[in-house]
Amino acid sequence: MSRLTTATAKPGGSMASKALDGADLRYHNARPLRTQLNKVFPTHWSFMLGEAALYSFLVLLLSGIYLTLFFDASMGETVYQGVFDKLRGVPMSRAFASTLDISFEVRGGLLIRQIHHWAALLFLASMMLHMMRVFFTGAFRKPREANWILGVLLLVLGMAEGFMGYSLPDDLLSGTGLRAVSAFILSIPVIGTWAHWAVFGGDYPGELIIGRFYSLHILLIPGLILAVIGLHVALVWFQKHTQFPGKRETEENVVGVRVLPTFAAKGGGFFAVVFGFIAIMAGVFQINPVWNLGPYNSAQVSAGVQPDFYMGFLDGMVRVWPAWEPRNIFGHYMIPAVFFPAIVGATVLMILVGAYPWIEKKFTKDNAMHNLLQRPRDVPVRTALGVAFLTFYVLNLINGANDIFALKLDISLNVMTWIGRIGSFVFPLIAYVVTYRLCLGLQHSDRAVLEHGIETGIIKRLPNGAFIEVHQPLGGVDEHGHPIPLEYQGAPVPKRMNQLGYAGKAVVGVIKARDDTGLIHHEALDAAEETGNGGTNGNGGTSGALRPRDEAGTHSGH
Amino acid sequence: MSGDSNVEVPSDEVLASMGREELARLGAKLDGVELVEYGERYEPGSPADKHAERAVSRWFVLSALFGLAMIGIFIWWPAGYQPPGSDKQLMYALYTPLLGVTLGGAIACLGVGVIALAKKLAPHEVAVQQRHIGMSAEVDRRTLGAEVFDVVDKTNIKRRGMLKGTLGLAGGVIGLVAIVPVLGGFIKNPWAKGAKSDLWVTGWAPVAGKKVRMAQIDGTPVRPEDMAAGAIMTVFPGVPGGAKMSDSAVMLIRLRSDEKVKIRDGQQGWEFGDYYAYSKICTHVGCPTSLFEAQTGRILCPCHQSQFDVNDGCKPVFGPATRPLPQLPIALDEEGYFIAVSDFHEAVGPGFWENGKHPAWKASPKESS
Repeated sequence: MSRLTTATAKPGGSMASKALDGADLRYHNARPLRTQLNKVFPTHWSFMLGEAALYSFLVLLLSGIYLTLFFDASMGETVYQGVFDKLRGVPMSRAFASTLDISFEVRGGLLIRQIHHWAALLFLASMMLHMMRVFFTGAFRKPREANWILGVLLLVLGMAEGFMGYSLPDDLLSGTGLRAVSAFILSIPVIGTWAHWAVFGGDYPGELIIGRFYSLHILLIPGLILAVIGLHVALVWFQKHTQFPGKRETEENVVGVRVLPTFAAKGGGFFAVVFGFIAIMAGVFQINPVWNLGPYNSAQVSAGVQPDFYMGFLDGMVRVWPAWEPRNIFGHYMIPAVFFPAIVGATVLMILVGAYPWIEKKFTKDNAMHNLLQRPRDVPVRTALGVAFLTFYVLNLINGANDIFALKLDISLNVMTWIGRIGSFVFPLIAYVVTYRLCLGLQHSDRAVLEHGIETGIIKRLPNGAFIEVHQPLGGVDEHGHPIPLEYQGAPVPKRMNQLGYAGKAVVGVIKARDDTGLIHHEALDAAEETGNGGTNGNGGTSGALRPRDEAGTHSGH
Repeated sequence: MSGDSNVEVPSDEVLASMGREELARLGAKLDGVELVEYGERYEPGSPADKHAERAVSRWFVLSALFGLAMIGIFIWWPAGYQPPGSDKQLMYALYTPLLGVTLGGAIACLGVGVIALAKKLAPHEVAVQQRHIGMSAEVDRRTLGAEVFDVVDKTNIKRRGMLKGTLGLAGGVIGLVAIVPVLGGFIKNPWAKGAKSDLWVTGWAPVAGKKVRMAQIDGTPVRPEDMAAGAIMTVFPGVPGGAKMSDSAVMLIRLRSDEKVKIRDGQQGWEFGDYYAYSKICTHVGCPTSLFEAQTGRILCPCHQSQFDVNDGCKPVFGPATRPLPQLPIALDEEGYFIAVSDFHEAVGPGFWENGKHPAWKASPKESS
């Protein structure tokens, strides 16, 4: 890359090209390698959310391997004798004691623990945001339904992995969560007690569960996640990425940058940014200070018991579910109330989310291939459904902390619970209607600009005394001076004159303006080419002077 | 994956005469990629060029500085734990944040530098690649299908009923062979001990005919004088390991003597004076129901906010819990310490399918409604 190498290397004679030749002689890889390096990826900012999830998972793997070298996943009892004076002499499990040792006695150990925990939260959060992006832009549509399913699977695996991970320290908070999951398993009709005995090896808590969770947490589930991520990314790679419609973007192409060098450099750089961001968060923001909670004891609990955020909605549903319990089935059998929100609710939600591509297909009868993304406003039903779902989700996330909300907002806990119960039905409905109307409104606003032009903010008085606002047509005017309406293309429409360049260009520089001599403008060539085409197709007609619309008096209602 | 077949591959002589950029563009074209905008961003050596290089290098310098600081802090900073209140505590408290900021700073600045490199110095490009639209070539699809089905035909699988049957049988059995030992290792019968199953029995069951004393978490036995009116105490079975038993924690509550208490049918006389003992394990999902409000006689579970009314036999009055907290029959032993007269008469803690089949419950059925 550097000027020095370019100047001295003879074509085909440098070390690097010798190495490439050597590799090709052995592996015959010149053509496949070139093809992969030439792969084009689009560059919208929202496409980095999935990358953020991938990179936080890599951080989880790295920090997790380190933690295994110090953690002792044993429920065997020991008496703590370490440096943390407040717990010295307290009997606790070896798992909890070794977590304290990592936090207090391993140099930099606390940072690694907190990196691991923050990375887990970021992993789940970025997966959810990524999923929302895919949902609201319709990226899951044919031919990418399989990747939607793989993504849902990753989210579920990630939640299980996270739950097991924060259970491992065997502290008072995580033990309380484990107790709840034990009750969820027990609540399953017919096989509940048998399933519980299978998972815990007996009555709660037994002596096996931390060790079992440890095996699953460091071996089986991360292995599965890694395999599914591999499949997920391979499908993106081979099916090629979706993109928003634009000047050059069509269903048949991908517009963006190639893997070499820009995409690879941005990806690698972004990995480091995610890693660095997690490390800074882990240093500055304390997370899960288990030494303040103490070791687990089934007779103790701390107030304000909340799981990690990604399990919160489940806890919220469990909190607001009413005390309904079918009893005396076939004599003396019963289904505990918690079965309905915790097992049925979670399963139904997962199935609904996973099946969404097919549900939509069933109603729209749309079986075509789609490589272009949609703007959420152009698909009001889907967008409104998505927002309604998110409303339900967020409300139950709040329900999962309703004691904290009741305390901080100084309202009755029972009122909070009833808000959650009624709101679970009412709020999503309101969200649906509001979102639907908003989408239609945004569509109208786009159409208005395409038909009449951009509002300039200039008010003009006509000879007959009427006031009109001057509009800047986007597509030029016909011989009567009427704006030529443009077709909506599924792409953003400029709404302000500044977006047409009327605000001029900002001057960059601190003390004096930056000297941009020597900057090569590639885009300029392109723009010149297009205006040369006559400017009748809607892209070139904006350079003219402001033109008031004739007959605007009759249209001034817009 | 396959190249664009419309692109003509130049002869070797022509290739040898082509410059590097020309070859690079040819490579892209062979892979169906058109470089609609491509090229250097600056005139070499121009002010903009130098400015861009400085702007990128700045991040790498910052990254190296953070990295050196991180190594220094990691090695030389006093990292040993200091309790709050000691004057060295601040230094200890700063260790992890400083480590995180310097480590994160080093890695993040490197990342930002690499991204800046891609955005400011790597060639500007807008590439357009054609997708593979539609299905594979007719010849590929037809030959693939033919190859698969020809093998099926020639093996004559369709007509070999016995083969199909036996193969299906072996496949099914192998499937079971894979599942049975894996799952089988986990299966344990929760009812193996019958009426003595862990789901029915708690630490309060008399040990060898001797009734169990109530003890505090440290094993101290409890007498009525230990509690003031309106107080609550968590007690455990006074047996070895009693404080660790997951289902045995009990709230011993001393009500004020003027309080009226409704007692559930068949549980008359289970209290001792104003002292009532209820399981502390929530009947919802098993959290300890720890918060007792003496004024209203309500017990709140902090996990899911179920509320139980002590004055009404600990029946649930709000929240997701459905069953009352089981009451433990209590009395005093000859030395004046609290004992459990018997174990609970119903299942303790979270519900399960067989919940209503408790042996004592069946012997004297009580409806909780």
